[in-house]
Amino acid sequence: MMPQKLPYWLVAGVATVMLFMHAPLLVLVLFSFNDSKFSMEWKGFTGKWYERLAERQDILDGLYSSVTVGLASTLIATVLGTLMALAIARHEFRGRRMMEALLYVPIVTPEIVVGISLLIMFMAIHFPLGLGSITVAHVAFNISFVAVVVHARLQGMDRNLEEAAMILGADEITAFFRVTVPQLWPGIISGGMLAFTMSFDDYVITSFVAGTDAATLPMVIYTMVKKNIEPSINAISTVVLIATTILIFVSDRFGQEKPLKADKA
Amino acid sequence: MAAGSTEPPVVEFRHVNKTFGDYKACNDISFHVAKGEFFSLLGPSGCGKTTTLRLIAGFEEPDAGGGEVLINGEVVNRKRPYERQLAMVFQNYALFPHLSIERNIAFGLEMKKTPKSEIPGRVEKAMQMVRMDPGMFARRKPAQLSGGQRQRVALARALVLEPSVLLLDEPLGALDLKLRKEMQLELKHLNKQLGTTFIFVTHDQEEALTMSDRIAVMSNARIAQLGTPAEIYECPRTPFVARFIGESNFFEGKATGRTADGHGFTVEGEGGRYDIPHHPVVAEGKRVQIAVRPEWLDVLRPEDVPADENALPGKVQEIIYLGETLHVLVKVGERTVAVAVRNEGQLTRPLGFKSGDAVAVAWKPEDCQVLEED
Repeated sequence: MMPQKLPYWLVAGVATVMLFMHAPLLVLVLFSFNDSKFSMEWKGFTGKWYERLAERQDILDGLYSSVTVGLASTLIATVLGTLMALAIARHEFRGRRMMEALLYVPIVTPEIVVGISLLIMFMAIHFPLGLGSITVAHVAFNISFVAVVVHARLQGMDRNLEEAAMILGADEITAFFRVTVPQLWPGIISGGMLAFTMSFDDYVITSFVAGTDAATLPMVIYTMVKKNIEPSINAISTVVLIATTILIFVSDRFGQEKPLKADKA
Repeated sequence: MAAGSTEPPVVEFRHVNKTFGDYKACNDISFHVAKGEFFSLLGPSGCGKTTTLRLIAGFEEPDAGGGEVLINGEVVNRKRPYERQLAMVFQNYALFPHLSIERNIAFGLEMKKTPKSEIPGRVEKAMQMVRMDPGMFARRKPAQLSGGQRQRVALARALVLEPSVLLLDEPLGALDLKLRKEMQLELKHLNKQLGTTFIFVTHDQEEALTMSDRIAVMSNARIAQLGTPAEIYECPRTPFVARFIGESNFFEGKATGRTADGHGFTVEGEGGRYDIPHHPVVAEGKRVQIAVRPEWLDVLRPEDVPADENALPGKVQEIIYLGETLHVLVKVGERTVAVAVRNEGQLTRPLGFKSGDAVAVAWKPEDCQVLEED
């Protein structure tokens, strides 16, 4: 079916939605360039709030923590989530259906509940709070996101491909790496990027399990807002916003495309 | 299979059973396939034919204690697919979407550690074998090909390994009729030309009759009948086989006595009395079911029936013009009997009767099949 031209009333609807979703962000970006300490009034263009970011050691530390936690938790969650998806999609075992349903629990559970329960668990097993506990917490909720994305990809994939590889002489391991993984790459990459974004953005769960010393970027920003409002908050928020947006776009593209791997032959 | 052949069968099943949970997919299946044979597994969906093929491929294992699968005389029950030296064409072709056509075809050669220098030549030869231009298609991806072209690539990918057995799982199912007919002949020629054993799964009886040396007709996880196309078509053993392959008219009755020559039986059935040839399952007083193909029947005016033929009186219900033949539907008692009549030209030599005429449906006693229970 040919896509139909957008009718005018739908254009209005789409415009309203876009406005609601993105106007606040636009205001944020705009005011990050406002040459005024009291950010409600436009006093001319400046880049000084961005320059100030470099002087704020707490922001830089927060950024470093966030990136470290993000990368570590993404890596672990991507491996575990992919294995989980493979098990659920490709094998029959007792409790498989329930496992599949349980995957969604961390996604739909309110963050505050996840945060509290993780904190109680860490206390119970005397796990030291800090970047380590934050990473574990992020792995916990990220596994679900990765597994769901990879699982969706696996379901769209032809099971006969692995069998075809095997009858052509590939053993299970070879078939997995030569045929299954190349098919799964888009799902794995896309799941991993989603995981990184979730980790990088998270405030609620992180603040519960961070303990007293560790602080990720969202925590630093939140503290800044509470203490003294200055437009460098707008600046760092803008940086995070742009980085996140880029990640989302890239992961979305990976989700859609066929594998990019070029042939040698 | 050739009588007195000394070579072991290429593939052999000995009382093979396969169950999935409560579901029995193969129930005591035994058969053997000779070298170079075109062997078809034919049956409706869910009859166990695909499971049988998957047991040969090694994607499934027989139940514990559930018989033996042999390839070239060796029990392979526990061997993995990649240890079996077979090739297979899948129903949906299962081409690797991330690899070009030439890399798809080369995949098996690479897995089998063929010297790198040999691979391009063999890939090209395989493509030519299935009549695909290597210059045009080698670098394309599967998504850029039509269904028929993908089918050829799948075939080339399997044949490039020069397997002793090629398994084909309904490979023509997705093609349109014309292409399908073309590929049927092409597959048959490849089978004879290469000497490769083909084991072919299909639900299309016409396809099986056209291509096969022998057919195993499957129903409810069992082999209902195994034989050449002529045997299957002309001597169906059970009502299922008679109904599944070609068209048939069925008559039921009770054997009431012997025929005048003492060999056959006389049957008292709905619509009248008729003779049937000798058959081990028939005895006086027992119920009998027979099948008669439409083309073995005649429609005659009652007074024209030869003395040595069976004849049941009826009334012409409808005449269907099919071109090559005419189907005359005759109401005999409660049953509608289909009779195929050769069309000798309705404009010059029309049939001597029309709808509503009283006629007789006639056949020679030996031109019927006595059926066993399913």
